[in-house]
Amino acid sequence: MACMPITREEVAHLARLARLSLTEEELDRYAGQLDVIISSVARVGEVAADGIPPTSQAVPVTNVFRDDVIVPPIGAAAALDQAPAAEAGQFRVPRILAED
Amino acid sequence: MDGELTRQTAAGLAAAMAAGEVSAVEVTQAHLDRITAVDGRVKAFLHVAAERALAAARAVDDQRAAGAPLGPLAGVPIAHKDVFTTADMPTTCGSKILEGWQPPYDATVTRRLREAGLVILGKTNMDEFAMGSSTENSAYGPSHNPWDLDRVPGGSSGGSSAAVTAFEAPLATGTDTGGSIRQPGAVCGIVGVKPTYGGSSRYGLVAFASSLDTPGPLARTVLDAALLHEAMSGHDPCDSTSLDAAVPPVVAAARQADVSGLRVGVVTELGGEGYQPGVMQRFTETVELLESLGAKIVELSCPHFAYALPAYYLIAPSEASSNLARFDAMRYGLRAGDDGVRSAEEVMSVTRAAGFGAEVKRRIMLGTYALSSGYYDAYYGKAQQVRTLVIRDFEAAFEQADVLVSPSTPTTAFRIGERADDPMAMYLADLATIPSDLAGNAALSVPCGLAPEDGLPVGFQIMAPVLADDRMYRVGAAVEAALQRRWGHPLIDEARGLDGAGR
Amino acid sequence: MTEAAAAAVAFDDAMSRYEPVFGLETHVELGTITKMFCGCPAAFGAEPNAAVCPVCLGLPGSLPVVNRRAVEYTIRIGLALNCTIAAWCRFARKNYFYPDMPKDYQISQYDEPLCTDGYLDVAVAGTVVRVGIERVHMEEDTGKSHHMGGATGRIHGADYSLVDYNRAGIPLVEVVTKPVPGTGALAPEVARAYVTELRELLRALGVSDVRMEEGSLRCDVNLSLSPAGSGQWGTRTETKNVNSLRSVERAMRSEIERQAAVLDAGGTVVQETRHFHEDTGSTTPGRSKEEAQDYRYFPEPDLVPLAPEAAWVDGIRASLPELPAARRARLQAEWGLSDLDMAAVRNAGALDLVAATVAAGASPADARKWWLGELSRHANESGTELALLPVTPEQVARVAGLVSSGQLNDKLARAVLDGVLAGEGDPDEVVAARGLAVVSDEGALGAAVDEAIAANPDLAAKVRDGKVNVAGALVGVVMRATRGQADAAKVRELILARLS
Repeated sequence: MACMPITREEVAHLARLARLSLTEEELDRYAGQLDVIISSVARVGEVAADGIPPTSQAVPVTNVFRDDVIVPPIGAAAALDQAPAAEAGQFRVPRILAED
Repeated sequence: MDGELTRQTAAGLAAAMAAGEVSAVEVTQAHLDRITAVDGRVKAFLHVAAERALAAARAVDDQRAAGAPLGPLAGVPIAHKDVFTTADMPTTCGSKILEGWQPPYDATVTRRLREAGLVILGKTNMDEFAMGSSTENSAYGPSHNPWDLDRVPGGSSGGSSAAVTAFEAPLATGTDTGGSIRQPGAVCGIVGVKPTYGGSSRYGLVAFASSLDTPGPLARTVLDAALLHEAMSGHDPCDSTSLDAAVPPVVAAARQADVSGLRVGVVTELGGEGYQPGVMQRFTETVELLESLGAKIVELSCPHFAYALPAYYLIAPSEASSNLARFDAMRYGLRAGDDGVRSAEEVMSVTRAAGFGAEVKRRIMLGTYALSSGYYDAYYGKAQQVRTLVIRDFEAAFEQADVLVSPSTPTTAFRIGERADDPMAMYLADLATIPSDLAGNAALSVPCGLAPEDGLPVGFQIMAPVLADDRMYRVGAAVEAALQRRWGHPLIDEARGLDGAGR
Repeated sequence: MTEAAAAAVAFDDAMSRYEPVFGLETHVELGTITKMFCGCPAAFGAEPNAAVCPVCLGLPGSLPVVNRRAVEYTIRIGLALNCTIAAWCRFARKNYFYPDMPKDYQISQYDEPLCTDGYLDVAVAGTVVRVGIERVHMEEDTGKSHHMGGATGRIHGADYSLVDYNRAGIPLVEVVTKPVPGTGALAPEVARAYVTELRELLRALGVSDVRMEEGSLRCDVNLSLSPAGSGQWGTRTETKNVNSLRSVERAMRSEIERQAAVLDAGGTVVQETRHFHEDTGSTTPGRSKEEAQDYRYFPEPDLVPLAPEAAWVDGIRASLPELPAARRARLQAEWGLSDLDMAAVRNAGALDLVAATVAAGASPADARKWWLGELSRHANESGTELALLPVTPEQVARVAGLVSSGQLNDKLARAVLDGVLAGEGDPDEVVAARGLAVVSDEGALGAAVDEAIAANPDLAAKVRDGKVNVAGALVGVVMRATRGQADAAKVRELILARLS
């Protein structure tokens, strides 16, 4: 799998997943670049043998909590201050396609 | 001494202010004047907050006059990387998608700077969302290396390194994810420090790769870096990954500057092939210098460091692909293509295509790929295993040595545009710095001379175990002092890009 | 096989040929004071976007910190569902874009949930079905979108939407069952009984007020059919948006009928997400398979692992209240009720009310009689829940006490309750204000009895002739004359004494 070149269709799929509206030219360019990068980083498979535990955080800490105590919110005005569009105290967004 | 104020160290300015020789307002004005004079060529700043800075300086002067207790850096100006939120200044992360964004809150680091009485001059340029090693990925154009304005100042904290190198500020903040403090520090001939992960708070630091991002200081001297390190660090309950531990005594260590009896490990894998000869030459000389100062030199091998770079280029983009999802045109930032016809989904895609630069898009797609079903195990999963192997290498190495050393970067500063079209070549700039990001330990870059072939600064990297940050300051300060004795002046005095002949 | 082509098959018909396997994913909002990852209040009712901060708005740079109480509540639920509590587990990011999700990923748990492998027993039609619990995990809720423009106010055809993030970040637990096979035609009832039992359990644990109509409990129903006796499981669908007890049952029946029709016609069931519509009682397909989501789960790097210490878990276990099933069994024995009578109490939503009324001194029979009779009628008429009627168990117990001491008869007691419900005060105040006490004083009643005898000489004659049962008619006359306030037994006694 790591040796399979990444196709233009795969790049288009990734762009859709990542919500990036790419041009045809960009799809071509990224397909080539991602292929080079992925075939290079696939080297991790050479040493990552079974039985080696994964590390997702470098410094081992567990159980960090906060108490269930209210911290004053920033309020609607501050929340909406930087909104691209607002209406009636809410964020106005373009029409939403039916949910999944 | 007005004209000289900007040449002073932070420690020197603080002492002068404490002694009443100069006011914080005068110090701040001097730096603002310097910015006005040179930043048109350096382009270190994205935003200069002159009035706010002067007001903050005035407040410090007033407090001092009132006899209020002040921190050791009160009144000292600082350049703040534009990746930290600031409630009174825009925060753009070098991206069009956040152009003009005015956050409603201060990052913990921002708040700590203010509480320490540091005077924030403005926000510095950076590679977009900290993805890059040159600032060429900034949507607002590159910053320039004050040693040679045609060259990059490193990145992603390149605006910060350029500002400090150009004497626009004695101190700057940076963030290190794959080397983004140490690499710009190295190629600008200044000190750059990545503290232990979790030693400094990420709250309000706009995330690139959450498990790697580490705020840290840039300064012209090791002691200045230590002073800022102490001021900006410490446990933060708002960051769950923040360590509930005392800040290591880095200022005391920087003053100690003693390496006698210390075991210094030279990592075989971080050097040799792929490293510029002049870089290796200066590095080797510095190791010899340490030996002459009483350190015990140990050659050791960290075999999995060779896989750190590929692991990093899976882990960081994966986290980034998720962290950057929130830039979706709904709540803040850019919204493009909202014509009343396009759906929210389409507006998101159009906005993200318009608002993100090429490198950010590339990494988002790389990370999306690495996390997607069917590929996770082969890429992200394996990279996490490599991370374990890198940590084990460090653990084994730190049994044989108190600190590990290497060149900070494989090469000196490259020319603007030289690697812009070759992502893989750009990624190599972080070859030596990435292992400590993956392992979360502390690392520092201190200037160790100029490469003979191009006359540009070379950085010497010192790596210390988790929460033993003080150790690398001891070594860094010893190297700095010994080299200055040898040269008779600080290395930065030889920087000629801006002011013609050196001093 | 297209949607439209397959007309639904009748439920009983479908069940004669197919065997359903179902599973339920139930989301419950926890009743914490603050949100899952920030200190914003989690209560309903704030102005839009008033209860938000950088964290729950997903602002750049903000970071989550776990609410300890939310974890504790989840462990409570896990223990009550007989789950194993993980010694070490993590949060994960579920990545997908949606305008009401501020970070465009949801912090959830993926392959390392806090609670695993438990069960909940539910009784249906006299048998107990053990529903296996796969997992209980924590996650955060999304904001709410209001769809503007268009004809319906629905998402389809809307011109734009307004988003309120007050709900974003409210802690949710998701309780996921294992697949439940072998329930046959009872499957919809078992599903409903499971959700009912779960709801009671959550209430008893004090971790949620579980109001389905406010969306604090939401279900997804997984269902597959296979030919009876095949021993295999078919392709399943996931039906979302099932938000009431009744809907659980309806959605399942509807989906059974739909899948049966597809299979009957020789088609194959498509593995997909479907949406239940309360108004039509049917399901429609969601996104097509080509656009299937790839959530790209990975461990949440902004949070550290959760490793509940044994002492903490043991402390929570020790603090668990008596659970609903055990409590029901105890009360049923104490009250001496049949299974059927007990089920009636529970179905009326009167269990706690009856228990409290008994605790306040009423007999179980009286308590049950008033709550299931007169008061249920009131609740039905006013379209409210029994528990929301403005009358307390203590007041009901007092009324029952007045009846058993003879100070009220049933008719007067109903009038007293009317008064209480009308806000006229406690039972004794209503009795006094309305003058509703039973009259049993011989002097006061004597005149009325004499008048009744005098006015009905033919009835009186029959009684005198020994037709004692006719006395009842004379009692009725007296009762009417006294507006029901007379002590009927006393009146009868006086009539018989005068006419013997």
